[in-house]
Formats: sequence, structure tokens, C-alpha cells
Amino acid sequence: MPKPDIKFLKQKSQEIRRDVLIATTTAGSGHPGGSMSTCDYATALYFYKAKLDPRNPKWDRRDYIFFSHGHINPLIYALLAHAGYVDVNEYRTTLRKFRSKFQGHPSAHHCPGIEVCSGSLGQGFGVACGVAMSMKRQKKANRVFTLMGDGEQQEGSIWEAAMCAAHYKLDNLCAMVDLNGLQIDGKTADVLNIEPLADKYRAFNWNVLEIDGHDMQACCDALDAAEQYKGKPTIVIAKTIMSKGVKWMENDEKWHGAPIPKDKLAASIEELGFDKSHANIQEYQGHKTDKLTV
Amino acid sequence: MPEMVPTRFGYSDGLLEIGASNPRVVVLDADLARSTTTEKFQKKYPDRFFEMGICEQNMMVVAAGMAVAGDIPFATDYGVFLLGRAMDQLRVTVCYTHLNVKLGGAHAGVSVGADGATHQALEEVAWTRCLPGMTVIVPADYHDTVKAVKAVAEIYGPCYIRFGRAPMPVVTKKEDPFVIGRGNQYREGTDVTIFSMGAMLWQSLIAAEELSAKGIQARVINMHTIKPLDEEAVIAAAKETGAIVTAEEHQFYGGLGSAVAEVLVENHPCPMRRVGVKDRFGESGTPDELFREYGLLAEDIVKAAYDVLERKNHKK
Repeated sequence: MPKPDIKFLKQKSQEIRRDVLIATTTAGSGHPGGSMSTCDYATALYFYKAKLDPRNPKWDRRDYIFFSHGHINPLIYALLAHAGYVDVNEYRTTLRKFRSKFQGHPSAHHCPGIEVCSGSLGQGFGVACGVAMSMKRQKKANRVFTLMGDGEQQEGSIWEAAMCAAHYKLDNLCAMVDLNGLQIDGKTADVLNIEPLADKYRAFNWNVLEIDGHDMQACCDALDAAEQYKGKPTIVIAKTIMSKGVKWMENDEKWHGAPIPKDKLAASIEELGFDKSHANIQEYQGHKTDKLTV
Repeated sequence: MPEMVPTRFGYSDGLLEIGASNPRVVVLDADLARSTTTEKFQKKYPDRFFEMGICEQNMMVVAAGMAVAGDIPFATDYGVFLLGRAMDQLRVTVCYTHLNVKLGGAHAGVSVGADGATHQALEEVAWTRCLPGMTVIVPADYHDTVKAVKAVAEIYGPCYIRFGRAPMPVVTKKEDPFVIGRGNQYREGTDVTIFSMGAMLWQSLIAAEELSAKGIQARVINMHTIKPLDEEAVIAAAKETGAIVTAEEHQFYGGLGSAVAEVLVENHPCPMRRVGVKDRFGESGTPDELFREYGLLAEDIVKAAYDVLERKNHKK
């Protein structure tokens, strides 16, 4: 198994966080909070573990990735842009706009690299099960990943899928949960408690890995371990912080579904380790990526 | 009296046929394989049959995933649960993505009988017809259902096939054509047209015989595809017969009658009457008792035909 380039992955993850903030603030709406909490392990998935070909999104030997919580599409599009599926500046400037590739929730018709339309919670998990079942029946080695929110665990259909994956012994499936503890109306513990989540999945006959979702080495190790585990599906429960990376935003459910104001963008980008000139949104208008530093 | 065979047998026999010729056909059921009779497919092709348990929402998205992987899934269940419980999954994942998922809905109509209102699917045509890109088919009898299964496997996109539990008269012939979106005429006539959906073809043909005895010639068309509707047949009927009756074992809001009325008012309005379930839930009973109670018999179609004929002639 190749060793992950942790330094590269950490840097990439920060760049993606930066672009999530730029795109959502430019759009004036969107979901930065969960995008930033999911960012590190999703970066490990796209830039270390998954077999993908951005020049051929429908490559028949690709791994399949389903974001079951489609509302974190600012992250999905940023990952796809940095991987080379779509243009970064187009993403930064047209998210959620009329006729944009970057619809308010992911659309397979508009954006390459999106497998199915999503945005209604609990569905991507079951779709991932279906692909994993077909891959097993067709005796194909493609692996399947599904990323979920922790609030999403409240959907009943999540547990239908959890039963299904264990019943069919889908060890070609790896699920990942963003345990940031927050949802729109407040703490998951207060809205509708999902704990003990790891015990629930163990009881549902899953291989459960619990990690710090912001420890890049741990994210890569968990993805390796999931690949090697046979006989059961694996779930990686990643303890995370909503809006991770920008202190004044962290751990506040306000940023689940709202962008930060324009006057806060430069300082926030600086905190992520970039020059604040990146916040000059007009610079990206009409420019293709190759004209500017990504 | 023709031979009586349940349309669900046509569904499972159709699956056996396409299962033999197309290795990508897979079948899913939600703990009802014995009732829907997909167990025949399970026995013949165990590696292509997936028992999903009582998890309708998950079955819908698993079928979507299988379609993403290039398979042609037929997700099967009682229509009320298949669609009613998994409507959001059908809308967002299957229809919005426009995936090649086929749905087989059993226990259609009051002819389900003893199980009563909860299990008698009376709304699914309305539920599916409004979803963008969805094809909706209600075969008339056993042969029609076999052909419907084969036809939907040949086209790309989400399709719903509706079939019933009780034995129903086999009215069509094995060699009759079946083209999605084209109604099949089973009787020529110029006085009035009866468009039938599903098992109502048989009642419509009896009604046409009764009308014929009174010197009224009714055209009878089996509208096995509700969407896309055979608009040409509707407009031609309006122009050539000037009076239309629809007959369906379904709520009369949103079903065949509504679909036909939409085409008429926009193209060639003429007197029309709908025969269907009038904004009620079903109940327990024998299919015969329930067809009488819900006004779905040939005599109800005859009454409706006299009504539209009177309006048509009065207009003149």
C-alpha cells in the first residue's frame, strides 16, 4: 500500500476549505459548516485512497463515492475542482447561480463526478449499498464509499441501509460519518440523540472505526484499514468540529446553512494560511483557473 | 367467459423471459416474493434476486445504485408501499437523476379484495404520473403484463408497471402488439369511445356489447400506457366519436380520466364522463362485490356512455 503524503493532503484540505468559504460567501447562501468538518477525511479519500479519473468521470474501474448529505456540496464541488473535474474559478463564482454546474444541491446532470442527484438525507447510503451489491455480483473490484452527516443518522432509512449492508456482507463498502455534533436546530444530543452511535453500528454487525476526523494520518489509516477488513462493511466515525479551521466559526450551528459575511472573508482565509488577497472575489470572475494561482 | 389469470403471473413470467435473455436484469422484493410471485425468478436466477426485507425506502435506493452500476433492477412490492413509503427516494434519487429503475406495483385496485383499504392501491397512477421522466403502464391482462415487462426493459428510464392480485379475464391475445405510448383498439365504433385502464378493458368490452344491442357502436381502446399518453388516439376519438368515457380501477382524481381530460380540453373538448373510484378508500369484500360497490361494472360504463351521448346529441 503506498504511503500517504500527509503534508500534501493537509495543504490540499486547507485550500479546499478556503475555496468553500470563497464560493459560499460569493453565492450568498450555502453550507460551509459541514463542508469544513468533513473536509480532511474527504480530502484523504479523493487525493489518497479512491481510484478516480477526472478526465473520464465514468471510468468503469472507478471507485464510487456517494455523499449522502448532499447539502455539503460546497465541499464536493471544491474536491472535484481541485481534482480536475471542473474549473476552480467557475466554482468559486457560480455556486448556486442560474444555469450553474454547481446547483444548490448536487445534480448529476449538471456536474461531472456527481454519481446521483442528492440533497434529501439518508438516500446516498442506500444507493452505495446497491452499487456495492452489484459490484459483488458482477465480481468487480470497484470499491464504494458513502459519506454521511451525524444529524442524518436520525433518518429511519439509514438503519434500513445499515441492516442491508451487514446482511449482504458488503466489505467493498466504506461509510464515513461526520460526527460534528451539530445540526440546524442545535446539538444532535438535544435535537434527537443519536448516541451511542458506534455501539449501534456494532450491534448492526458493522466493523466500526472511531477516529479524530482532523488527524490526516488517522484518516488515511482508517481508509487503509477499511479496505483490508473482510466479511463486514466498515464505518469510520470521524469526530470533527463544525467549520473546522476558522476559530470564530467553529462549533456554531449557525454555519451549518449560512455563509460568512463578505467582510469576514479575508481574515478567515488568512487564518487558514493564505494571503488575504484570495478574498478579492471579483478577481475570479470570468477567469479560467490557469490564469490564477489555485 | 375468458380464461381467468392474475396479472401478477404475467409480471413474473415476463421477468423470467427477460431474465433469460438479459443477464443485467435483477429483481428485488420487499418480503413479498411469494405474493407478487417474483419467487419464480428467485428460484431460477438466485444470484440475480435480492430479498430486501421490509425496507421499502432502502429497496428504492438500492435499486437506484444497481442501475448506476449498469444493472436493470425491477423493484417489486405492493404498489401502496413501494411508492407510498419510498416516494421521496423515487422523486430525488431515481427520477431527478433519471435512472434506469423499473418498478412493479402489485395489489392494484379494489380487486385486491379481502385485505381491504390499506392494501388496495388506488392512487399510484396519480403519484407516478406527475414525476418528470416517468413512464406509467397499467396492463389490461396477463398477456399485456408479460409484454409490458419486456417493453420497459427495452427503454431507458424509470418505469412503473401496475398489476393486480385477483384472477382477471384474459382479453388480449398473445400476438397483439404492445407499443409503449400507443393505445390498443379492441373494438371499432363511431358513436362513443371508451378508454379503459387495466382490468377495466373487460368491463368496457361487455359495456360495448350492451350498447351495441341498443344500436350504439362504442370504440374501445386499451390505454395501457398512461404516461406518455396516446394523445393522438384521444384527439381522434374526440373528433370521430364526439363522446368519451374513461374507465379505471383507480381514484378518478389524477388517473386515466384526468390524463384524457387534460388532452381533450387543450385540443378538442367534447362530452366526457369518468368511471373510477370517487374519492373514497376501498374496503374488504370479493372483487365482484367491490366492483359493484365502487361503480366499476360494465353497467356503470353503459350509464356513463348514455350520459355523454345525451350531451353530445343535445349539443347538436
